[in-house]
Amino acid sequence: MGFIWFWLVAVMIVGYVVLDGFDLGVGVLHLFLARTEAEKRATLASIGPVWDGNEVWLLAGGGTLYFAFPLLYASAFSGFYLPLMIVLWLLILRGISLELRNHIEVGVWRALLDAIFGLASGLLTIFFGAALANVLRGVPLQADGYFFLPLWTNWQPGVHPGILDWYTVIGGLVALTALTALTLHGALWLTIKTSGQLEQRARKIVTPLWLLVALLTVVSLVATMVVRPASLNNYFNYPFTFIVPVGVIAALAGVWLFNRKAQPVKAFLSSCFYLFFMLAGACWGLYPTLLPATTGADRDITMSNALSGPHTLAVGLVWWSFGMVLAVGYVVFVYGKFKGKVDVGSEAH
Amino acid sequence: MTSELIHRLHFAFTITFHYLFPQLTMGLGLLIVALKTVALRTGSEQWDRAARFWGRIFAINFVFGVVTGIPMEFEFGTNWARFARLSGGVIGQPLAMEGVFSFFLESAFLGLFLYGEKRLSRLMHWFSAVMVFVGSWISGFFIIVTDAWMQHPVAYDRLPNGQFQVLSFWQLLLNPWGLLQYAHNMTGAVVTGSFVMSAVGAFYLLERHREEYARIFLKVGVISGVIASVLIIFPTGDLHGKYVARYQPAAIAGMEGLFKTEAGAGVVLMGQPNEETGQIDNPIVVNDLLSFLIYGTTKAEVKGLDQIPRDQWPTALPLLYYAYHIMAGLGTWFVLVMIVAAFLLWRGSLYRSRWILWALLLSFPLPYIANTAGWMTAELGRQPWLIYGLMRTSEGYSNTVSASNGLFTLLGFMGLYLLMGLLFTVLIYREISEGPEPKIPAAKAAHAD
Repeated sequence: MGFIWFWLVAVMIVGYVVLDGFDLGVGVLHLFLARTEAEKRATLASIGPVWDGNEVWLLAGGGTLYFAFPLLYASAFSGFYLPLMIVLWLLILRGISLELRNHIEVGVWRALLDAIFGLASGLLTIFFGAALANVLRGVPLQADGYFFLPLWTNWQPGVHPGILDWYTVIGGLVALTALTALTLHGALWLTIKTSGQLEQRARKIVTPLWLLVALLTVVSLVATMVVRPASLNNYFNYPFTFIVPVGVIAALAGVWLFNRKAQPVKAFLSSCFYLFFMLAGACWGLYPTLLPATTGADRDITMSNALSGPHTLAVGLVWWSFGMVLAVGYVVFVYGKFKGKVDVGSEAH
Repeated sequence: MTSELIHRLHFAFTITFHYLFPQLTMGLGLLIVALKTVALRTGSEQWDRAARFWGRIFAINFVFGVVTGIPMEFEFGTNWARFARLSGGVIGQPLAMEGVFSFFLESAFLGLFLYGEKRLSRLMHWFSAVMVFVGSWISGFFIIVTDAWMQHPVAYDRLPNGQFQVLSFWQLLLNPWGLLQYAHNMTGAVVTGSFVMSAVGAFYLLERHREEYARIFLKVGVISGVIASVLIIFPTGDLHGKYVARYQPAAIAGMEGLFKTEAGAGVVLMGQPNEETGQIDNPIVVNDLLSFLIYGTTKAEVKGLDQIPRDQWPTALPLLYYAYHIMAGLGTWFVLVMIVAAFLLWRGSLYRSRWILWALLLSFPLPYIANTAGWMTAELGRQPWLIYGLMRTSEGYSNTVSASNGLFTLLGFMGLYLLMGLLFTVLIYREISEGPEPKIPAAKAAHAD
């Protein structure tokens, strides 16, 4: 049961990153790529009908985590208190600035809102990257299963690290990997949804972003192995799982290739696979630990000590599967309805 | 200030602000379906425009509701970690179900409703309005299930490590407390929606502007308003109150300010509870009414606070008492004003009776106050328990998060929400002053191309 729920939660997190990832990336890019008001509107219209639904994956994933692994939810959320509150404020600013933009015609205000939207989107990707890195590195869990992390300490990933240290931001660049990977993801989305000069610009920026992502991927993987060598254990115990890094490489190659051949949908899907393999690989590196302790492996929060009661989980499996089939149905339906390039001016709001 | 108090205020403040938005979207969701249904049946462009207008108001509220709602789900973990750890196996379930069953549905169809009118058939667009309504009401249901379990825990057992686990999925979802609370709460949301729609109608009529839309808004708002205002007192409020009296005698005693157990207990209409002397100062009482309301006979004995151990008294007694009295007093006003308005609507003179239009216009903030006071009654009445009878509030907050960190983020939220409240007011003001008529294509948009 633990095995199943571990991967169900992982699936929801991957779903969140893949889906909300592109609209976060679009948020960053619209500051640079869209020059005229019409282009800005096209950029934002490409995510208008879907960003809110994409964010639901975060909520549903959080709820599922709370339900399946209450100890992990309680410990991690209170331990990462400060960065999570900042994430909440960023999510609020981002949602509000996007919505407000549709209602305000004055140029200066729009410029301000655009800046807030872009900045909040960018910071969110960095925070999510840092969050992932914190989980991979481990946190100073106390004997009672709780911890509290300051935003930074001495910038070393030792026994008492902070949220930000050289691994999570500076050296390991995991946070920056997230920023660039999701920006690339957003750029690919724009090549699908927009047309004209905007599409050209989006396509052009893919190449430098791709190079950066490829480089950062290597750096962050190496850094992860240095900071937590145990990440590799599962791979060596089950060598067939080396398919995951192979998948990462194949997906990256796909992004490059399909973008070259001007097949934007396939390029975007490759980027989805890239994110999927990266995250799945990270989860597999952790499994069956959920949150490693820097204070000694006996304090790790693991699948078995964090799991909810058996009856809860058995029943949960029924409604969860049923609900997610519905949810995927809606997602497919909505994306189908809004298929094709955005046509600025004709969409009602 | 203690950590416990800060964490309580943190949750209370953020959820109170949050609930200003969903109470309107849940009520308005129903009314938009009504507008769309008339539009579909009659093919009237005016009703369609009315629906689009309220769709825009809905959208603004929805976004504010979503962004202020995300913190709520996080705060179980951030501010109430010890509670989350033990209760995840029970209330994690409805919270996760809300995401899986409601948010996906709601966000998908809201996207279609707002952006897709040109891409969908008329029937399909109507259907997406219905699904937005259904989604928002499902969402409300799961939140009520969560709260109902904390108010009246059912269908659980405890694992050796102290965690709660659900024993019966259906008993959890069909918790009788939850069903009563749901009926009462959703009716409250419809009251808010009705008053807001009527108030905009009244505003347009008083301004002698857009009168054809004003009449649509008033017709829909007053009809649903009179039904909801009656239903919220009887039977939903009445039944819910009886249930509270049966299972939370301390809460009822606190709400009514009943310090001493009495046969033939009265209802205090006004007066100030005095915790030190254990009596109501300056009371105006209707004799025997409380016994009658709870037990159906004027002679029945109602348990007062004197029979309840002091450490189980609601911790903020006067606040509980006032919140309840404000809710009940406003509820009476809603029935009064809506019955008069409905009567005038039936007689055909509502649109000319400026005094009642003024009353409707000025009443629109009151349902917000009543809904908030109602929730305060429920949650303050539950104190000192976090899970009634099982876990105290003092055992649930995150003790790794210091009071000063909690205060810091609370102040952060206050500042941010103040700004958002201002923005919200501006946005709604603009929508109302622009009205339902389609905008003339702006020259500004053209020159940008």
